[in-house]
Amino acid sequence: MNFIRKFYYGDIPDQKGSDEIKDAKNPLAGGRGAGHDWPLWEVFIRSKQGLDHKHAGSLHAADSQMAIENARDVYTRRMEGVSIWVVESKYIHASSPDEAASLYEPANDKVYRHPTFYDLPDEVNHM
Amino acid sequence: MPVQDFEQLFQDKIDNEIKIEPKDWMPEAYRKTNIRQISQHAHSEIVGMLPEGNWISRAPSLKRKAILLAKVQDEAGHGLYLYSAAETLGMPREEMINDLHSGKAKYSSIFNYPTLTWADIGAIGWLVDGAAIMNQVMLTRTSYGPYARAMVRICKEESFHQRQGFEILLVLSRGTTAQKAMCQDAINRWWWPALMMFGPKDSESTNSDQSMKWKIKRKTNDELRQNFVDMIAEQIKTLGMKLPDDQLKWNTERKHYDFGEIDWDEFWQVVKGNGPCNKQRLEARRKAWENGEWVREAAAAYARKRADRQKDKAA
Repeated sequence: MNFIRKFYYGDIPDQKGSDEIKDAKNPLAGGRGAGHDWPLWEVFIRSKQGLDHKHAGSLHAADSQMAIENARDVYTRRMEGVSIWVVESKYIHASSPDEAASLYEPANDKVYRHPTFYDLPDEVNHM
Repeated sequence: MPVQDFEQLFQDKIDNEIKIEPKDWMPEAYRKTNIRQISQHAHSEIVGMLPEGNWISRAPSLKRKAILLAKVQDEAGHGLYLYSAAETLGMPREEMINDLHSGKAKYSSIFNYPTLTWADIGAIGWLVDGAAIMNQVMLTRTSYGPYARAMVRICKEESFHQRQGFEILLVLSRGTTAQKAMCQDAINRWWWPALMMFGPKDSESTNSDQSMKWKIKRKTNDELRQNFVDMIAEQIKTLGMKLPDDQLKWNTERKHYDFGEIDWDEFWQVVKGNGPCNKQRLEARRKAWENGEWVREAAAAYARKRADRQKDKAA
């Protein structure tokens, strides 16, 4: 398969880059004091009282307080939340998609856990 | 499992409209294409703040100023959603910003045009955001999950942007002779660059296209551009203005508007860095980054201090 790539809005290939500016001085050389010092945080937002916090996205911040303030500015500019949780991304442990088949296998053959498994006469209502 | 099988499984997922998530196996080229596209999209949002920022201090009223501030703040937020989405593919934030500042990474060429009058702010909202929305609505269904979710969020916010732009022009179009002329002038200058936002014509590529096969994109440049022309050609009637294209005409057979040829030389010139404001835009971004260094340092120092204080308290 030999595909020719097309150029789309928001996706200009590297080789079509500028001849003029590529020699510009790299402002990040050394990276001192850059935002990369700041850890990544995952943001969870409760959209209204009575609902669960839901993952909204992530951002960088120096500490938890700054993460909450940034989350307010980035994710709740239109009253999308009444409560914010932030947790440093490194503390999130996730299941591996490669092991999904075996991980969820125990639930696979237990159809009797679903109400539709049971055949009841039509005259039985509200059950 | 051999790589071909992984690729087949991957393509099956795409074909069955199952989203790809960060930890899933994906072909390297899929990862790279997404990183490039999402980061360029992010850069576009960030650089896109500059032409509009030019008018924050000169907005004609407090109301317009507050609206423009909110809109520019939204663009910053959109940039952050997108940088985060690109980071899920293993691309560090610092490297993306570095690539923007060195000129290696690209952003939408539209932002290399200057904003000469207040009417330009209206034209940007209506035409530039309007064109971006065409693309972004399609991208809410893109195959990479974090990108699609960022797009849903962005699209919710974008419609305010387009409406406020149209309203600016609507007010001008009902104003004095000078205001009407300013409105028409802005439309004349922004129309063709807005059409260029959709990229080169489909006919420039005859083979099947990988981005479509992977459902990163779901419509071609020409399809999106045609949808945009059809929409704008109708909306402009409300403004009582004219699009600067003699060949613009409803085609009863195609059920679409025909329109004139884009100046592709200009398009590639601006992409290559020779647009009216390319240098100015990058310089503004670099300067903002350099001038912000003390803020980043201070925040890091403050965070350290606070962490130490908490440790002392706990001890």
